[in-house]
Amino acid sequence: MSRLMDLAVEAREVNEPQRLCDMVPYAGLLGIACREVEAGSLLFELPFKDDNVGNTMLPALHGGVIGAFMEHAAVTQLLWNRETTSLPKLIDFSIDYLRPGKPELLFARCRVWRQGSRVANVAVESWQDSERTVATARMHFLLSQPSAVSPESG
Amino acid sequence: MGRRFFEVIPHSQVLGLEVIDAGDQWIEARLPYADHLVGDPDRAILHGGVITTLIDQTSGAAAALSMDPPEVVATLDLRVDHMRAADVRRDVIARASCYRLTRSIAFIRCVAYHDDPEDPLAMSMSSFMRASSSHPSMVEAGS
Repeated sequence: MSRLMDLAVEAREVNEPQRLCDMVPYAGLLGIACREVEAGSLLFELPFKDDNVGNTMLPALHGGVIGAFMEHAAVTQLLWNRETTSLPKLIDFSIDYLRPGKPELLFARCRVWRQGSRVANVAVESWQDSERTVATARMHFLLSQPSAVSPESG
Repeated sequence: MGRRFFEVIPHSQVLGLEVIDAGDQWIEARLPYADHLVGDPDRAILHGGVITTLIDQTSGAAAALSMDPPEVVATLDLRVDHMRAADVRRDVIARASCYRLTRSIAFIRCVAYHDDPEDPLAMSMSSFMRASSSHPSMVEAGS
């Protein structure tokens, strides 16, 4: 297994999901934080900082930053679920922007709709104060499983 | 104009995005490789999210450039298909073009690649709301 996956397993064993964010350079640059809020489910936070702005007039968070935050959330949730033996590979990414991201804390949580042996379908929602949805996204990831010969589940 | 569009965006400066060339309805930009933009610490390849940011910004610039005068735009939706991972320690180029402009919406295509747009890392379709639209809810602050 790769160093990354060793670290992911270790993070799960000591119950510190933040380690999964700390080991990814771009997640650190954006300032992504995460914690487990209920069994198995992670809550992601992106504290506001000037470097993440895309529109200085409003001001508003960069749409790409919001997308990257949500993509990172999905990958981290899959690693946390320990359903893959390597970093999930992004196949496609689709995001709807509902409101501008205000210069304040942004949250995200994931729902893994379906996880087969090779592909995972993940929906991510991001919001700011009092559940105002900023963006919704969905993604497919290619996974690798320990038992590669097992038939597709479901 | 395209260059100025990139220079006034803080996160664009953080990433070091630079405009290579631009026309009336298209723009090409480069994302220079940097260690702090990596997504897989085991291999020095750029985070998928950085590619999303490159595509979002280049597409938004193509939308703005297709208008006379250029307008502020807001992304409504963006879909990116990732054909393959970026190569180790390499820059990525994105070329975006506006293929349809209506009174309210700009429709944009974008391809991300290393050397050859025919060998893409990622391809994207997106739509952007114009600031001059009568329904600029995404563009105004108080939506």
